[in-house]
Amino acid sequence: MTTPLLEVSALEAGYDDALILRGVDLAADAEQIVAIVGPNGAGKSTLLKAVYGLVRARAGSVRFDGEDVTGVRADRLTRRGMNLVPQVDNVFPTLTIAENLHVGALVLPRAERQAEIVRVLELFPLLAERHRQRAGSLSGGQRKLVALARALVARPRLLLLDEPSAGLSPIAIDLVFEKLVEIRSLGIAIVIVEQNARRALALADIGYVLDTGRNAYSGPGRTLLDDPRVVDLYLGGSRSGTIASSSTSTSTPSGMNPAT
Amino acid sequence: MFLQLVANGLVTGSVYAIAAVGVSLVYGILRLVNFAYGDMMAFGALIAYGVDGPLHQSMIVAALAGMAATAALALALDVVLWKPLRARRAGFMSLFLASIGLALVLRQALLLAAGSQPRSYRVNPYRVFVLGSVRLSEQQLIAVAAAAATIVAVGLFLTLTTVGRVLRAMADDRALAAVAGIDVGRATRVAWLISGLLAGLAGVLAALVEYSFDPNFGFQLLLPVFAAVVLGGIGSAYGALAGGLALGVAQEVSTWSGFAGGVNPVYKPVVAFAVLAVALMIRPQGFFGQARVG
Repeated sequence: MTTPLLEVSALEAGYDDALILRGVDLAADAEQIVAIVGPNGAGKSTLLKAVYGLVRARAGSVRFDGEDVTGVRADRLTRRGMNLVPQVDNVFPTLTIAENLHVGALVLPRAERQAEIVRVLELFPLLAERHRQRAGSLSGGQRKLVALARALVARPRLLLLDEPSAGLSPIAIDLVFEKLVEIRSLGIAIVIVEQNARRALALADIGYVLDTGRNAYSGPGRTLLDDPRVVDLYLGGSRSGTIASSSTSTSTPSGMNPAT
Repeated sequence: MFLQLVANGLVTGSVYAIAAVGVSLVYGILRLVNFAYGDMMAFGALIAYGVDGPLHQSMIVAALAGMAATAALALALDVVLWKPLRARRAGFMSLFLASIGLALVLRQALLLAAGSQPRSYRVNPYRVFVLGSVRLSEQQLIAVAAAAATIVAVGLFLTLTTVGRVLRAMADDRALAAVAGIDVGRATRVAWLISGLLAGLAGVLAALVEYSFDPNFGFQLLLPVFAAVVLGGIGSAYGALAGGLALGVAQEVSTWSGFAGGVNPVYKPVVAFAVLAVALMIRPQGFFGQARVG
C-alpha cells in the first residue's frame, strides 16, 4: 500500500488552555473527496487549521506527500501544493477578481501564471465575465467561487475547504458542490469540513465523523450514511430519505447535535 | 489671495499626503498606528541636513540620503522592536503604546545628537516663482512637484506591480495572504522600506517648506498627518493621498479673509480636526475606507 498524500496521525491541537483536537487520524489521496463531519465543537475547523499550521499542533504529526510538515508555515505549505479555502474572509475584498487570482498564482513561475489563470477561469465562466469587479462587492456564493479559483490557480495537489456550503443559498450550494466533483476529476485531493453532513457524505469517497476532538466513525461516505449508529447520533436520527438527504433542508445544524 | 491660499494648501497638503501614505501602508498591513512616524520624518530631515550642510552635497543627494537612512531605520526598528512584538502577539493597544514610547526615545535621541537649535538647508528662500496671481517659493514648488511625482509613482506601484498587489492583499487579510502563499514577513519588510522612504521624503520636504526646522518639528506634523489618514479612510493608500491634500487646502483656506474674516492661522491644527470631525460625521469610513459590517 502506498502512503497517502495527506496523513494526519494522533493530532492534538487547541487554543490557549482549551485542547480541541485530542488525537485525530485522517488520510486523503489524490482524486478523493474526504468529508469531515460532526457536531458543533467537534474540532472540524480546528483540524484544518492545525493541518495548515494556522493552529499549532501540540502532539501528533501531519505528513504531506511522505514528508513531515507538522508546524510548517502556511505560505510554505501553499508552495508545496496545499491550499485552503477558509469559511469566511476567503477573498481579498478590495482587490478585483483578477487580482485575487493573480495573488493566488504568485507561487507559480512567472511565465506560467497567466495561462493558469485563464485555465481556471474556464471552470468559472461567471468569474471570467466579472474579472474586473472588486471581490468585496460579490455575494457570499460568488466569493466562495473566487476563493476556490484563487486556491486552484496555485495548482494544488490537496485542497482543504472549510464549510463550503455555509451561508449559501441552495442553488449556490449545488454550484459549489458540482465544482468539487469537477476539481476532483483534475486529480486533486479534497478535504472538506461540512455542517451539511448528509450532503457532504453523499459526495465523499471517504467520510470521517469527529466528536469532541476524536475520531468517532470513518469509512466510505455512502456506508456512513447507511450506518444506523452514525445516523442516530449525528444525522438527526431519521434514515428515511437518505437519498433525498441531498436536499439542504433536511440537515440543519441543529439536526447535527448528538443526543449526548 | 484665495488662489494663493489654495496653492499654499496644496504645498502643505502634499507633505501631509506623502506622510499619510507611509502611515497608512504600515497601518493597513500591521494594524500599527505608528506614533513615531513624525520623528522618523525628523530623522530623515536631519540626515539630509547633515549631507547638505557639513558634507556640501546637492539637495537632491541630501534628500535621497535622508530617505535611504530613514528606510534603513524603519527596517532596523522592525527587526529589533516590531517583529518581536508581533511574535508575542502584541495587541493593537500594546503596539500603539510601544510606538508612543519609540517616538519619545527617537525624539530625545535626535535632540541629544543634533541639538535643539533651528536649522535650514542651503537653499535660497527668496527665489520666488509667479504663476498668474500665485507666488510660490522654489522650495514650495519642489515640494509640490516631488509630491505629485511620488503620488503618481505610489499609485502606479500599488495598482500595477506584483509587489503592490501583494501589499494590498496583505492589508485586506494578512492570514489569507499567508494561505495564498505570500511570505508575509518579507512583504512586511517591503512595507516598512516604502514607509521609511516616504517618511524621509516627507521630512525633507516639510523642512524645505518650513525653511527653518528643529528635531521637534516631526511631532507637530504628526497630528495633521494622522487626521489625513483617518479622513481618507484608515488603511487606504489612495485615501491617505486625498485626505492629505484636502486637509492641507482646508487649513490654508480657513485663514482666507473672505471666509468670515478668516481664522487666525494659529488655529490651523484646530481647523484640521474640525474638518476631520465634520467629514467623519458625513462619511464615517473616510473617503476611500471600506464600510465594515459587524
